[in-house]
Amino acid sequence: MKFAIALFSAAHAPSSRRALLFAQAALAGGHEIVRLFFYQDGVYSAANNIVTPQDEQDIARQWREFVSTHQLDGVVCIAAALRRGVLNSEEATRYQRSAVNLDAPWALSGLGQLHDATQTADRLICFGGP
Amino acid sequence: MSKSLLVISRQAPWSGPSAREALDIVLAGGAFDLPIGLLFMDDGVFQLAPHQDAKAVQQKDLGANLQALGLFGIDDVFACHHSLTARGLTHPVNAQPLSSEDISKLIDRYDQVITL
Repeated sequence: MKFAIALFSAAHAPSSRRALLFAQAALAGGHEIVRLFFYQDGVYSAANNIVTPQDEQDIARQWREFVSTHQLDGVVCIAAALRRGVLNSEEATRYQRSAVNLDAPWALSGLGQLHDATQTADRLICFGGP
Repeated sequence: MSKSLLVISRQAPWSGPSAREALDIVLAGGAFDLPIGLLFMDDGVFQLAPHQDAKAVQQKDLGANLQALGLFGIDDVFACHHSLTARGLTHPVNAQPLSSEDISKLIDRYDQVITL
């Protein structure tokens, strides 16, 4: 089955971990993930400047490694990300901000990517809230 | 044929960007001519309250985005009747009130659902 996965919560929220576990299980079960789309506070789950205590799970890092390892299409909504200060180098330069906290494997793009994934996938699975 | 999408908007208009971001999904879908429905539930129905003054809470008016729904071809706009009455909203703007039973049927009708 082809899944599109949307995430609306930050890396410290249990729902971000649940989404990651679901995504891992989907691939392990032989399914396809057509796209991951991070929206609202989900953009924080892609930020690379999160520092997690050593004895806790670093979910943002696990997301990054998961997307890289499986060469998935990981899209972070650009409007939601700008509003929350999640910027790649291109946007940091454009808006003259000193910090860059988003890089590969994530791409910043628009809501059209969510609709496109929804059309391509058999199922859209959303994760949000706590 | 395009897959249909129902967006369920459950947050009050001035409680953060959630209401606006739910609307943005709907408007983006409309721009791509996709079959999109919008359902207001729980505190989301406060978006339909008449005579809101966004400036009084130093916010940008969300009403203009709601008005734009028709221009983007989004005609399927609904509101949970129970949520409306529980909040004393007897005159919601531009949304068709639905009973809980009708909401179940509505959700069944759509291929995909996003709840924000």
